[in-house]
Amino acid sequence: MTDALNAILVIVLVMNLFVLGTSRILAVINTVATQGALLGVIPLLVHTHLTISVVLTSVAAIVLKGVVIPSIMIRALRDAEIKREVEPLIGLLPSIMLGALATAFALLFAGELPLAGEHQSALLVPTSIASVLVGFIILTSRFKALSQVIGYLVLENGIFIFGMLLIDAMPLLVEMGVLLDLFVGIFVICIIVNHINRAFSSLDTRLLASLKE
Amino acid sequence: MLSLWMVLAAVAILALSGAPAYLLASHSKAGQRISTILMLIGSVVGLLGIARKISGVETPSLQFEWQIPWGQFDVSIDSISVIFLAIVFVAPVLGSIYGLSYWKSSEHPENSRRLGLFFGLLAGSMAMVTIARDGVLFLIAWEAMAISAYFASTVEEDSAEVRRAGYVYLVATHVGTLCLFAMFALWRHSTGSFELSASASSFSITGEMAGAIFILTIIGFGFKAGLMPLHVWLPGAHANAPSHVSAVMSGVMLKMGIYGIVRMTSLLVRPEIWWGSSLLIVGAITGVAGIAFAIGQHDLKRLLAYSSIENIGIIAIGLGLALLGKSQNRPDWVVLGFGAALLHVWNHSLFKSLLFLSAGSIIHAGHTREIDKLGGLAKKMPRLAILFAIGSIAICALPPFNGFASEWLLYIGLFRTLSPDSGVEGLPVIASVSVALAMIGALAVACFVKLFGTVFLGTPRSEATLHAHEPPKSMLLPIALLGAGCAFIGIFPSIVSPALESAAGEWAPSSASKVSISEVAPLRWISIMGGSLICLAGAIALILKALPRASVAIEAGTWDCGYARPAPRMQYTGSSFGGSIVDLFAFILRPEAKKPSIEGAFAKPSSHKSSVPDTVLDKLVLPIFRMAGRYLPALRVMQQGKTQIYVLYILIILIVLLLLETMGA
Repeated sequence: MTDALNAILVIVLVMNLFVLGTSRILAVINTVATQGALLGVIPLLVHTHLTISVVLTSVAAIVLKGVVIPSIMIRALRDAEIKREVEPLIGLLPSIMLGALATAFALLFAGELPLAGEHQSALLVPTSIASVLVGFIILTSRFKALSQVIGYLVLENGIFIFGMLLIDAMPLLVEMGVLLDLFVGIFVICIIVNHINRAFSSLDTRLLASLKE
Repeated sequence: MLSLWMVLAAVAILALSGAPAYLLASHSKAGQRISTILMLIGSVVGLLGIARKISGVETPSLQFEWQIPWGQFDVSIDSISVIFLAIVFVAPVLGSIYGLSYWKSSEHPENSRRLGLFFGLLAGSMAMVTIARDGVLFLIAWEAMAISAYFASTVEEDSAEVRRAGYVYLVATHVGTLCLFAMFALWRHSTGSFELSASASSFSITGEMAGAIFILTIIGFGFKAGLMPLHVWLPGAHANAPSHVSAVMSGVMLKMGIYGIVRMTSLLVRPEIWWGSSLLIVGAITGVAGIAFAIGQHDLKRLLAYSSIENIGIIAIGLGLALLGKSQNRPDWVVLGFGAALLHVWNHSLFKSLLFLSAGSIIHAGHTREIDKLGGLAKKMPRLAILFAIGSIAICALPPFNGFASEWLLYIGLFRTLSPDSGVEGLPVIASVSVALAMIGALAVACFVKLFGTVFLGTPRSEATLHAHEPPKSMLLPIALLGAGCAFIGIFPSIVSPALESAAGEWAPSSASKVSISEVAPLRWISIMGGSLICLAGAIALILKALPRASVAIEAGTWDCGYARPAPRMQYTGSSFGGSIVDLFAFILRPEAKKPSIEGAFAKPSSHKSSVPDTVLDKLVLPIFRMAGRYLPALRVMQQGKTQIYVLYILIILIVLLLLETMGA
């Protein structure tokens, strides 16, 4: 079971790097969607006996992250008619390098943590930290509003993985609440994307600085 | 238990009394009347509630858990709460009745509903402050009080002066609340809960911790009460608020600061000597400086506001004496100091509300707050003049009114510390405090002679005062009721003394119950003296009335050094009257004057201008804020307006924390 889990997590890590190194927004959205759907499978693997709450979490995560959210984003991408490249602040290659560094740091750091026995062997904690850091890197180094949403999604995926450690302790309500927040957040951002586009004729968030006091 | 429910109902009715007006048109009279009627109902229910509590023996309390993190809903009425609830249920409702004609909704449609809403909320939250027994609940009520006072006092926000005063108030009150946050945090740290009761755990607070809590209490509540030098917000906010709001702020809200000090010192069961002595010194400084600033003011309401600071100083002296008595185990000091302080809380709320409401009527008549532009009002509004005189005599602590009773108790208490067996070191300090108290009294007389003389005597100095007339009944009635209260307590202090004694017993259970006020202070003599003084005054008045006098008043110019056209403006002004005292205190008052100068053979028109600005605010606080305004904007580099940068900040902090944690492990 741990092997299957670790395999998924390694794929997630690779996808993180792929997201950092790809220039086409559409490809990035698809990658993040696949990542989200893959993560939705994890609850089924972590738990040997399936309860309704686990299945519900899993199904909700797969539907939301794999289907609903990507389709909203693709729609926003189409409506805004922006150039379909990510336009990063730092180059794609340096981004990958940074991501790799972050992943290495996460692996080292997780080794230092005093974890419970059953979490020692799995890659859950390092993957989670690495995804959070990669999410941050995307958030800070991309200028387009949609790329920011992607950074936010990757960040949330990291938190979702960390939540797997606690799935026994955490009520279903909390998990559902987080998913709902994510959905509403992205729904709203995608509407805002359109408005930014109309107001500034661009999706470059740097232009928002002109709104500051 | 019923009494507590009645007080809670009163809190709710008062707090919501302004809301129904929002259902009606903004200029409708009915809305304002409904608010006042609700205030009246709430206050009567509350007063009945505390009457029931006084007649019973139990201390009603109510606790239940609630959803707000930390703390619980915990309320109770003890004898200390009763003292402060009494003023909350008296002054605001009278202010509201006064407001019916002072702040007519037909004349102020743009803000009368807002004023009514926050006026009621202010009253309700103050009542809540006095019954809250949980730190978090207390802070919620405290903040509600501070904010509603802000909105009530800044209704005329289109004036820059009002906005400035409101801003200073807002900053000052929040700095105070910040100290209270720290204080309650320490309290929770040392007792394990936010519960404000003298439970077993509060005995375990160590000396240093108790000292720290005491200092934070004095600073935090001192901001609200107006202890010098924390009074900076007070003159501006009082001067610029509508008069009935000033009356409630000065008469009741400042006392909530006093209440906080009383409550916390009752919970800190083992006071040390320096607590009492430092409060005595702070009180003396506040009193003397407050009244000295008052004499220098040209603005009627600023003068009254500084006089409130002076009275807070007197109350602080009383509390200081009581704390000293608690630490030295001297029940007579406790009972006299505490009794004097709480009686003065009542008295000040009566006569200062009276004076502020009268000031409102004067301003209505004269269209100005400048003392030196008023004059001769005694002939135009004789009833108001008599009531104002009663308030002035009371605030100067002269018999037969209530101010005398409380300050007299304080004098007896201070003199008792001077006997050789008192056994306290640093006696000269306490002795000088009694001298300071005497000085405060004398200066107060000078201050109110100046005020009354300039405003009511002489001849009118302006067109508006020439055509002034008596205020309507709904404005005179609340003032008259307050005056009656002043006279009642002044003549029968023995009727209120049991309430003071039981509060003192609650405050210092170990010592105070042994002595009653009437044992150490012959209250009966106050009644006899006050009664005979009133009889004497009445007799003189009757005799004067019976004496024959000219039926026609003859008006003629005074001897005018040969100058043929004396004008009202040539009358002796209040500023000249106070000038000599202002010069004496120039070292703290720092008066500013622009003197007229004569140049050349043919002198050009020149002018004279003098003012006494607030030294602490103008010379200390504002320069600090200006410095901050000059240098702190350098930090705006951090605020770039780019979300990426903000996220980067979070990322950097996250990584630093992770690294720290790793190294720590």
